[in-house]
Amino acid sequence: MRLAYLVPLVLFLLVGLGLAIGLTLNPREIPSALIGKPVPEFSLPPVQGRTLGLATADLKTGEPSVVNVFASWCVPCRVEHPLLLALKRDGIAPVHGLNYKDDPADVAKWLDQLGDPFTRTGADRNGRVGIDWGVYGVPETFVVDGGGNIVCKHVGPLTDWDLDNKIRPLLRDLKAGQPSKVKC
Amino acid sequence: MIAEFGHIALILALCLALVQGILPLIGAARGIDNWIALAPQAALGQAVLVAFAFGCLTYAYVTSDFSVLNVAENSHTLKPMLYKISGVWGNHEGSLLLWILILVIFGAAVAVFGGNLPATLKARVLSVQGLIGVGFLAFILFTSNPFSRLLPPPLEGRGLNPLLQDPGLAFHPPFLYLGYVGFSVAFSFAVAALIEGRVDPAWARWVRPWTLAAWCFLTLGIALGSWWAYYELGWGGWWFWDPVENASFMPWLAGTALLHSAIVVEKRDTLKSWTILLAILTFSLSLLGTFLVRSGVINSVHAFATDPTRGVFILVFLGIVVGGSLALYAFRAPALQAVGVFAPLSREGALVLNNLLLAVACAAVLLGTLYPLALDAISGAKVSVGPQYFNAVFVPLMVPLVAAVAIGPMLAWKRGDLAAALQRLVPAAIAVLVALGLGLWLMDARNFYSLLGLGLGAWLGIGALCEVALRVKLFSAPVSETMNRARFLPRAAWGMTVAHLGVAMLVLGITVSETWQVEVQQVMKPGEIAKVGPVEYRFLGVTPIKGPNYTAQQGRFEVLEAGRVVREMRPAQRRYQQPPMETTEAAIRPSPVADLYAVVGEGDAQRGWAVRLYWKPLVSWIWLGALVMAFGGVLSLSDRRHRVGAPVRRRQAAPSAAE
Repeated sequence: MRLAYLVPLVLFLLVGLGLAIGLTLNPREIPSALIGKPVPEFSLPPVQGRTLGLATADLKTGEPSVVNVFASWCVPCRVEHPLLLALKRDGIAPVHGLNYKDDPADVAKWLDQLGDPFTRTGADRNGRVGIDWGVYGVPETFVVDGGGNIVCKHVGPLTDWDLDNKIRPLLRDLKAGQPSKVKC
Repeated sequence: MIAEFGHIALILALCLALVQGILPLIGAARGIDNWIALAPQAALGQAVLVAFAFGCLTYAYVTSDFSVLNVAENSHTLKPMLYKISGVWGNHEGSLLLWILILVIFGAAVAVFGGNLPATLKARVLSVQGLIGVGFLAFILFTSNPFSRLLPPPLEGRGLNPLLQDPGLAFHPPFLYLGYVGFSVAFSFAVAALIEGRVDPAWARWVRPWTLAAWCFLTLGIALGSWWAYYELGWGGWWFWDPVENASFMPWLAGTALLHSAIVVEKRDTLKSWTILLAILTFSLSLLGTFLVRSGVINSVHAFATDPTRGVFILVFLGIVVGGSLALYAFRAPALQAVGVFAPLSREGALVLNNLLLAVACAAVLLGTLYPLALDAISGAKVSVGPQYFNAVFVPLMVPLVAAVAIGPMLAWKRGDLAAALQRLVPAAIAVLVALGLGLWLMDARNFYSLLGLGLGAWLGIGALCEVALRVKLFSAPVSETMNRARFLPRAAWGMTVAHLGVAMLVLGITVSETWQVEVQQVMKPGEIAKVGPVEYRFLGVTPIKGPNYTAQQGRFEVLEAGRVVREMRPAQRRYQQPPMETTEAAIRPSPVADLYAVVGEGDAQRGWAVRLYWKPLVSWIWLGALVMAFGGVLSLSDRRHRVGAPVRRRQAAPSAAE
């Protein structure tokens, strides 16, 4: 009978344990329904001051590529910007920019001041193409294989760790045409 | 300087909370009168210090002092003054400060209004209250300082989420927190009683007003939140079983159970250890709600500030508070002896049934809220538990509860007579038949649940009125006697009747609006007319307008009733610049009979605009019902026995100094 009074405590300890495990999980790891699927059909004009726009065909060139969703009003984008420039200098694969709901003048100024890491840019002014890509926040970064299939999606700003352990090895494996062990 | 003063005030409050949490507890155990007498002073001092700190942060917001990081991140000079002030608690740090402010105000209220409490019990209650304060003050000072500076200060702040720029939401958190934190008093009383090792009717009478007050605030807070979702999110829904909504709903369910079981302790001196457990669980669920919202464990549209290190702190704090109090419960509760005995069919029995159903409902909501997290922890699968689960478990639990609410007050204490109680409910049974008849033939209800809801609403509404009619001997005694009886009926009795009527309104509002709502989604061109239920909407067109910090596409509709224009409605799509964001402003004409609700979407002059139009009968009864429930709580709170005739314990406690 006395033991019955311990039941609430035991139950609570179990819940607490579950919450503790829950805390160690990464809420950013949201599986995308688009992984393994071809990129959506779209065609966007370049952002102000550039000449190369971005369309579905540009991602099916046989070469893997990176698509970065960014905006000049997005503070984390500014944080990850130097890493994108570094990725461009590596020259493993082209980095394309999907400019999400942005003001043309603002984004032109942003790229002029901070440097332009993008081979091609697409200006998605009303966010329609972003919806097709399943974007629900900026920044997001996609890795696309040579056939135009989405291989990996990263939500939130990239870090050095993400580049070294996810994006770069994945791109190298894709280039070499071998199955990749990198988990996305 | 002002921000630094606020910071220092918080540090001093933490020191004082430590004193308040430790010394009176030892004093009460050892009989050191000076230490016992310290508790009320410390509680008042803490309230002054935290109120000062809160004032400092408010000052920084009002003057747009962007050298304070918190202000720079969450405010903007262009924001209207109301939202500058509500911005104080529209973010993690500020909302935590508001939480602490309310906690210390409740502590000070116990110190001021607890004059009739035995000195040792009061000291212990305030000590526990102080210890909770230590946890939260340490949390804010070490992980979420609202007074951090930002150098160099930016010229302009980063604005506020426009979704949150809304009067409903501005006042939603304070009410919710008044409810959440109010239950800390019941918790402190429970822990103090466990330490003292005695729970008696006097204890229940002391704890009841605090529980009632917290419950009223929480009811209003939840209703405000639901109303906000209804008119601001533009989906026409009012409850989404979102984890953050559940976080506030669970303490409400447990608190409602506590409210009822405390009556049994007060009147019949039994169900003690269960009531203590409920008091602990209610506040624990409030803390769990804070944890879920603030730690980022569960993703939700509402969680606008999340950080894992804060999560670890809250989890440890939760473990100490809940684990500690439940361990104390496991040790001390077996010693609590029940005095009153009762038959299963009695007022006590009915209240036990109420508690059982509410507790199971609360557990079901908890399970549904934590299940995705548990599954993720075990297998890594991401799932979300939808409204289907909650409706499937919740409705079958609420049906017997609502049915029993009408019967319970008719039963006598100790041993009731069910047959006699049902006999007195004959008018309610007739009302059920009338309601079913109306539903079937007049309104053409084909759905079983609709009929069930109509029947239950009528049963409870008329049943509650029957009970009060019997008490005042309506029709069975001369009018003058009835009037006299009504005048001298305790306010608590009126409170119960009113609160139960509120439940009936809620049930009817939910049933009727869900069953007979008419929704029309179509593309309309200017001049076209859409028929929505008994009314017609004539679309006049869309014009661009400019607000203080947004631009908008505003649609215009004329509403026709029987061919006559009764109203113009102007729903809009707003586009904010700081930060860039679009919001849907539904146009709503609320009325007790039916709400009209219009939303305009995207489109252009050639192809027309996508619009959504609703006719929602009795939907406002949902919030009116909650309002009436809270009003019942306030009536009960104003009962004579809480104001005069201080309950006296048989054994007088040791006299205290300085009081």
